[in-house]
Amino acid sequence: MIRAVVRYLDQRSGAAPLVRKTLRYLFPDHWSFLLGEVALYSFIVLVATGTYLALFYQDSTAMVTYHGPYGPLQGQEMSEAYRSVLNISTTVKAGLLIRQTHHWAADVFIATVTLHALRIFFTGAYRKPRELTYWLGLSMLVVALLEGYLGYSLVDDLLSGMGLAIGNGVALSIPFIGANLGELIWGGPFPGTHDFFARMYIFHVFLIPLLIAVMLGAHLALVALRHHTQFRSERRQTERKLVGVPTYPGQTPRSLGLMLAVAGVLFLLGGLVQINPIWLWGPYHTYAATNGAQPDWYLGWLIGGLRLVPSFDLTIGHYTVIPNPFWGGALFPMLVFGFLFAWPLLERRWTGDTRYHNLLDRPRDAPGRTAIGVGFVTWVFLVFVAGSADRVYVFFGLNYSSQLWFYRGAVFVAPFVTGLIAHRVCVELQRGEQVERRRRRAEEEARAAHA
Amino acid sequence: MRARAKDLLVSAALLAVGRRRRRARRLRPGEVERIVPEGPPSEGGELLALALLALGTILAVGFVVVYALDRAPAQTQLMGATLGSSLLCIAAALIVMAKRLVVTEEIEDDYPVIEHPEEQETIAQVVEDSGSRITRRRLFKLAFLGAGGALTAALVTPAASLGPFLRIKYFYGTPWRRGRRLVDESGKPWRASDIEERDFYTAFPEGADKEEEGSAVVLVRLAQGQLSLPSELAQYPANGIVAYSKICTHAGCAINLYRTPLFPPNDPSPPELVCPCHYSTFDPGRGGTVTFGPAGRKLPMLPLQIDSRGFLRAAGNFDEPVGPSWWGVRLHGPTP
Amino acid sequence: MRRLVVAVTVVTAAQLLAGPALAQTPVERGKALYGEFCVACHGANGAGNVRQQSSRIGFGPGRNQVQQSGIAPSLRGVGALAADFYLRTGYMPLQRVGLQPRRSRLILTDAQIRALVAYVASLGAGPAIPAPHPERGDIAAGMHLFTDHCAGCHQVVAEGGFVTGALPPPLEDATATQIAEAVRIGPYVMPRFSKKAISDSQLDSIIRYVQYAKHPDDRGGWAIGHLGPVPEGIVTWLLAASLLVVVCMIIGKRLKTP
Repeated sequence: MIRAVVRYLDQRSGAAPLVRKTLRYLFPDHWSFLLGEVALYSFIVLVATGTYLALFYQDSTAMVTYHGPYGPLQGQEMSEAYRSVLNISTTVKAGLLIRQTHHWAADVFIATVTLHALRIFFTGAYRKPRELTYWLGLSMLVVALLEGYLGYSLVDDLLSGMGLAIGNGVALSIPFIGANLGELIWGGPFPGTHDFFARMYIFHVFLIPLLIAVMLGAHLALVALRHHTQFRSERRQTERKLVGVPTYPGQTPRSLGLMLAVAGVLFLLGGLVQINPIWLWGPYHTYAATNGAQPDWYLGWLIGGLRLVPSFDLTIGHYTVIPNPFWGGALFPMLVFGFLFAWPLLERRWTGDTRYHNLLDRPRDAPGRTAIGVGFVTWVFLVFVAGSADRVYVFFGLNYSSQLWFYRGAVFVAPFVTGLIAHRVCVELQRGEQVERRRRRAEEEARAAHA
Repeated sequence: MRARAKDLLVSAALLAVGRRRRRARRLRPGEVERIVPEGPPSEGGELLALALLALGTILAVGFVVVYALDRAPAQTQLMGATLGSSLLCIAAALIVMAKRLVVTEEIEDDYPVIEHPEEQETIAQVVEDSGSRITRRRLFKLAFLGAGGALTAALVTPAASLGPFLRIKYFYGTPWRRGRRLVDESGKPWRASDIEERDFYTAFPEGADKEEEGSAVVLVRLAQGQLSLPSELAQYPANGIVAYSKICTHAGCAINLYRTPLFPPNDPSPPELVCPCHYSTFDPGRGGTVTFGPAGRKLPMLPLQIDSRGFLRAAGNFDEPVGPSWWGVRLHGPTP
Repeated sequence: MRRLVVAVTVVTAAQLLAGPALAQTPVERGKALYGEFCVACHGANGAGNVRQQSSRIGFGPGRNQVQQSGIAPSLRGVGALAADFYLRTGYMPLQRVGLQPRRSRLILTDAQIRALVAYVASLGAGPAIPAPHPERGDIAAGMHLFTDHCAGCHQVVAEGGFVTGALPPPLEDATATQIAEAVRIGPYVMPRFSKKAISDSQLDSIIRYVQYAKHPDDRGGWAIGHLGPVPEGIVTWLLAASLLVVVCMIIGKRLKTP
């Protein structure tokens, strides 16, 4: 039966050699290598649920009066876009389930991409010959951040509308060209032209998913062509020799199982834990606002940046060179991603290591890289946490202004502290292993001497 | 009838529990030996996997039933629970199979070669050889670069239709003009006598688009002792009522927080307008200056007048352009 | 001034020590309680106090409570409305002088509060305790009004929040009467909305909405506080991502120690 099918397909495509190679392609085995897969499966859930939502969403900002099942919004003015999402959430069967699954999938997707990126960084997987793979991955992360932002902004609820206004404010803050850029994208000053939502929609459902798909294809192709990196967990694993589990039969049930597990977790969340209850927020108006508005978690580092910078616009005479939001909203992410993109080249220059690497470092094996990575993560994380200082005040009573001043100092000092600690820990762990090895050798010798 | 039912049950049970015995095949002449090594069966593993698959099946069917009936009060939760659990059960079945029913080989192989110098050389040579008929190499390179660049620019140019790019004047425009009445969200005009101390009100230009950033203003009434305006703004209030743009000059959120101390001896700060996004705080008694938070520019102030029938009207445009700062925000005043 | 205060206290204490044998009107009972709990800051006869007093006064049954002197507004003309609000929420007596009044566990009984309210009302003509009717309100109008006037500080589903130098509280424990009272007072740094700004029927709608917001429509599941992306991010990392990492660890291999 199998042979008949295989024969049929091979005669019509000649693909048997490729399929054979694919079936026996080797996956080095470590749990952290599965993080990228988790991100991939989250993306598949996003595309599937997103397609469904797109069949019910209306990208129009034309104002309508609500007459629907949700009482507190009865008779209220809102955009058609917001009303269509209300409709999905209250009337379309399984609409809310799929909408919430889609939103959770977006949050989880970026979280797992981040975990995957951290794994890549701390094990040195981005080194030659995998720099292109790494840069493609980073680019996908940047694009994913934008995609998520556009996605939840399409709903036109009070929270995301405020976020769009801030996005416009940050665009305007770019020196020399900010207002021009903002005008171009929005079709005028905020809130912009009535087809701005149509633009967001086309980017969110077509252009960006296409871009991600292409980059993802190239990313996976490169991984497969150069084969996956491995830890030196066995003697026979070297820079030249790879040990792994073949696609079939070993890896297939694991990957399939992981895919269904990811989908299962996302659908469980989508049904059981409420996310973005837009009927509670109400529709957006430029003259309306609510306390406690925050962007989705993956943009929390930017709100931290925006809140931390002290009050000043940099002016020369009457010309405003750098409006305030630029530092926290634009320069900060540019520095973060600039560093990440440049890192393989920086490390090459700094260590002088231009060799080809298929073996991974454990974090302790590269104390310098680990220290810099830990310091860098500390920096970004502190800015991220600073964005919730008001919530911390509400819950724990720590004065808001005092927190701001603490963070303003800590973001410069703490990365060095944690970096140094990380370096120390790596060195100590390495020394511990040396001691352990010597002890074991001494025991063996003693045993041999006794025998 | 009962006998047939019994037969059905027996065969169903056999199907579920019984398994075909794989007899060890002897190699036929010419056949190669195993590629995937043989592994021992696992009774427990099989039963567990099958049970999980059965459970997954039931839950998936359950989802369809819940969806169709649409009667549960916690409909979304039930659907999510059934579908999610079904997926997790089948996932678990696959993982059990991966660990206990599938041979997880650890095979050794070579990493692919680092590079292919001969192929690289061939490619380079093919490209080089192909240029034999062209004598003006550099000129052609330049020509293609120019043509390609120009064509790319041309193809990208229609993107400029997305919006104005050079017409910055839109950023200075607001709907406010001298004499324009202030109205509330429903269009009812504001009287000066409506505006009381320790409260804040939102107003729009009569007949204008409320969503425009230049439209919304926030009104407060201050006591004489609370007003300490610079000379150029001293004529802006009307009877102690001041008006400011409602759009924060930091990043554009609506300023709809007003902190106004009930008992000033306990809280000596003046009444202040606050933005909920990053907590930029503005002092309406001093012309909208920033007293806390990251805003780098004071809040634009709208001059007011009271007409003969007691309605509030604008006495002109704002003293500064509204909205977040941009490169030209201090170069020019707002325009009607 | 000080002598007057001491004199009042002595008389009050005498009245207290005299016991329930004296038939007291609510106002008189209130005055005695006022002498115990309020006069240190609010002054004799509710005159208020804008200059800090350094002496500690008070004895009798109230002596176990920490007596603090501080500054406080005059209570003349604030009416039963204000007294009822501050006492029933536990805003007053202040636990710590100088800080924002917060909803606290009540140390006064219902009868004591009624007496104090009667006394404060007697200090000058002021608004009576309001009688709101949220059941007559329109919930959609209420949501709209609440978003306009209140959500900036209290958050759109009344979960509370932050404003420069103060903490607008969540409203889940606020009764209809307390909401009506707070709107008309504007306590601490909250704006004051008169009947001209928010009519009684509009107030009914707002209160109806706030009551709804205590248990709003959570058709999506576990509401995680109705606070939006911050708890959502916590769930993403501490629940979903952690769970998926565990799944990866079950499926994949772990590095063995050398």
